[in-house]
Amino acid sequence: MKYQPVIGLEVHVQLLTDTKIFCGCSTKFGAEPNSQTCPVCLGLPGALPVLNKKVVEFAIKAGLSTNCSITPRSIFARKNYFYPDLPKGYQISQFEDPICQWGWLDIKVEGEEPKRIGITRIHMEEDAGKLVHGELSGPGDGSGVDLNRACTPLLEVVSEPDLRSSDEAVVYLKQLHQIVTWLGICDGNMEEGSFRCDANVSVMPVGSDKLGTRAEIKNVNSFKFVKQAIEYEIERQIDLIEDGGTVVQETRLFDPNSGKTRSMRSKEEAHDYRYFPDPDLVPLVISNEWIERSRQELPELPEQRQQRFMADMGLPLCDAEVLIASRSLADYFEAGVTAGGNAKAVGNWVMGEITRALNDSGTSIETCPVSPEQLAELLKLIDNGTISGKIAKTVFDEMWRSGKAPHLIVEEQGLLQVSDSGAIEGIIDEIMAANAGQVEEYRGGKEKVFGFFVGQVMKASKGKANPTVVNELLLNKLKG
Amino acid sequence: MNIFNMTIHELHNALKGKQISSVEATAAMLERIESVEPQVGSFITVTPEKALVAAESADQRIARGECHLMTGIPMAIKDIFLTEGILTTCGSRILNNFIPPYSAASWEKLRDRGAVLLGKLNQDEFAMGSSNESSAYGTTRNPWDLSRIPGGSSGGSAAAVAASQAIATLGTDTGGSIRQPASHCGCVGLKPTYGRVSRYGVIAYASSLDQVGPLTRDVADCAVMLEAIAGHDPKDSTSVDTPVPNYSATLKNGVKGLKIGLPKEYFIDGLDPDVQVAMDAAIETYRRLGAEFVEISLPHTDYAVATYYLIATAEASSNLARYDGVRFGHRAEADGLLDMYTKSRSEGFGAEVKRRIMLGTYALSSGYYDAYYVKAQKVRTLIMNDFIRAFADVDVMLTPVAPTPAFKIGEKINDPLQMYLSDIFTIPVNLAGTCAMSLPAGFSTTGLPIGLQLIGKPFGEEALLQAGYAFEQATEWHIRKATI
Repeated sequence: MKYQPVIGLEVHVQLLTDTKIFCGCSTKFGAEPNSQTCPVCLGLPGALPVLNKKVVEFAIKAGLSTNCSITPRSIFARKNYFYPDLPKGYQISQFEDPICQWGWLDIKVEGEEPKRIGITRIHMEEDAGKLVHGELSGPGDGSGVDLNRACTPLLEVVSEPDLRSSDEAVVYLKQLHQIVTWLGICDGNMEEGSFRCDANVSVMPVGSDKLGTRAEIKNVNSFKFVKQAIEYEIERQIDLIEDGGTVVQETRLFDPNSGKTRSMRSKEEAHDYRYFPDPDLVPLVISNEWIERSRQELPELPEQRQQRFMADMGLPLCDAEVLIASRSLADYFEAGVTAGGNAKAVGNWVMGEITRALNDSGTSIETCPVSPEQLAELLKLIDNGTISGKIAKTVFDEMWRSGKAPHLIVEEQGLLQVSDSGAIEGIIDEIMAANAGQVEEYRGGKEKVFGFFVGQVMKASKGKANPTVVNELLLNKLKG
Repeated sequence: MNIFNMTIHELHNALKGKQISSVEATAAMLERIESVEPQVGSFITVTPEKALVAAESADQRIARGECHLMTGIPMAIKDIFLTEGILTTCGSRILNNFIPPYSAASWEKLRDRGAVLLGKLNQDEFAMGSSNESSAYGTTRNPWDLSRIPGGSSGGSAAAVAASQAIATLGTDTGGSIRQPASHCGCVGLKPTYGRVSRYGVIAYASSLDQVGPLTRDVADCAVMLEAIAGHDPKDSTSVDTPVPNYSATLKNGVKGLKIGLPKEYFIDGLDPDVQVAMDAAIETYRRLGAEFVEISLPHTDYAVATYYLIATAEASSNLARYDGVRFGHRAEADGLLDMYTKSRSEGFGAEVKRRIMLGTYALSSGYYDAYYVKAQKVRTLIMNDFIRAFADVDVMLTPVAPTPAFKIGEKINDPLQMYLSDIFTIPVNLAGTCAMSLPAGFSTTGLPIGLQLIGKPFGEEALLQAGYAFEQATEWHIRKATI
């Protein structure tokens, strides 16, 4: 029998606010344990939560960018369970009436038709702290609780079970990742857990309309692992059914080392969270004006920008896709074009030399030592024949190193392109004299040797000879 | 006159006129506490050294001419209020070692005005009770009759005022916890409108019902205390940003033409005859003063106690989850995490608290949530609407505070339902979120104080205090002192 996987994703997006969702403590990562805490995030008796407005603004932005409706009156709820990293014994989250509902994203898996994936809801909640085992400075060998992360703001983005393959899941996840980083509401760092994903996976016979029992795979923290975990889980469930077994509803953990998922707790062991509206927080009322103001403030989103790069700047799809990989990269490219660079050429340089140099030096586009304006100037020098494309790479390396303007580097290092035919003719004559054998070959009909001569001339001119002039003169001379 | 019997006003005038210093007043109070405390048991913690230091600094302020009405006044607060550096138990064993790193906002306001803290007052554990018998630190006794309960949960707060162990006190009221003990101990107690006073730093019992309020010797003192503690607090999202009136300035406006509602559901057959007599006399007094009476109906009154015990316990079951032995409070010797949770909580909480946690957990459980919690919220809305409708016709309401005067210690401790019914007239006010006060309005044939409840419109504390003041001027109940 053939089986159809059905997948829904729950993504936790850690928001890039300076302070926590219900208190004024810093959200900075990596501080001394429990140094970023106060009575509120420690869950001390008598402490009360006060909602961080920035979190609401970020949630609205995320909702508008994923085609959600913004709930005019949304409610915070308490999710009750005991765990040492949860100081109040409940997590403040949203249950009924979350801030965003009924959205979607259009995704496209390569080689397949575009597809719309529903987003059920986006809600705001606080993160828990974390347990530290076996590395305590204090007495005893017990576990410690670090509450620096407690009360850090999260969005949970819940998709409809519309995904049908691990590839679709990864494309959806990457698109969501791109949106939240593009909006600047999340740093997208999956290793540190700023963007993490739970996957609900089930399988059913192809053609069936009855969904199979699902397993929830917890906290998968890379695109690669999401793919692996889902594929393993699909296979596990199919094997189980084929062997006459049944899939049980349970929570499973993915082990990146083995590439397998294993059972964490069954449905019977599942918590009854006893959700109820948090009486310490008043209902969150969001006016139409507020929503409209947020809409105005939204940046141009990646998809819109890709369209514009293609329509207005004439970029091919493959270039446009690469250039919108991040908002900063797209901004950089666009600044280069605005500064007078030819779009196609700027694109090629950004995707080529710049990306290479960034990778080699381990820097990011935000801190790129060559400004887009400098890049545009360099491209102009090529266009107007001041330097050759080959020399441009040398100039670029120097720009990267010193941050100097390209025309200064050209002047200082004498890299001006040589277009004077007399000088070039002299070089050609020398080369032809030194390579009489190849001249004979060419004249005998082996035109391939032409490239050899171009190379020799360029080499002899230290790359400064104008290639167009070289071509023209060589042709004439070789033909005799 | 004995210093310890003074009102805030009287002591303030004496302090301002330099007839007495705050240090002297505080020392006198501490002496009084020491002499009657073995009989009454109002306090969980007395802080004599800190009190004298605070009194000295109050004297310096007064010398500089900074003399707010609360400056140098020795007072005490319920142990539910967090006090930085001072043990705060909330009447529970589970917090028997909890020394908070911060103070409650309402107490901070009084402290900043120079009030002197004598100590922390006894209460029912986590404010769950109507008799102070659920305290892990012994039962406070009623200063009018030491064999009787002082009421609860702010029993220590009422008893301390009645036994002259503090000039005034702070309590909290979730279902009557200020008004019922005030009534039983013959003092004035005010439960402000929900949102009038910050709850920040007050240990939560039922967050949607809890409210901070004063217990005092007279209505004028009550106005002074409310002025000091009321107002918006950015740290409490449920506190309301509406201006605080100058309550003292309008106290003497009188009640001529005031329309007072008498909700018929509150004058029931089972009412103690002595209470009925006191109510009749009070109505007569108000008539004489020019008030008009209107019979009104609050038709959903019968459901209030049941509704309260679903909502309050549901919220409590969640609010009390943080007492898990992990970060503060009592931690039992245990083998592993689950064992630590179970043992710490089993040892730390008393029977009444456990009962309410279980009730509330049940009411919120999947499968029961709609039938209990959601239903209770709907009834709560009906009860609120009762009040809104009735207040269209009247300015304030007059009712008994409790169906009987103070009962005997031990009388109801094994009958929770009977105990719960002692709050039958006070609970609806918390559910409606409005304000009410308890005033001394007579004595039973056996000499026990009887309180009168005035219920006001939301944020209508001004009208309540005016009506209370007028009554007090026309009667002498508040002057009588317990003979302890």
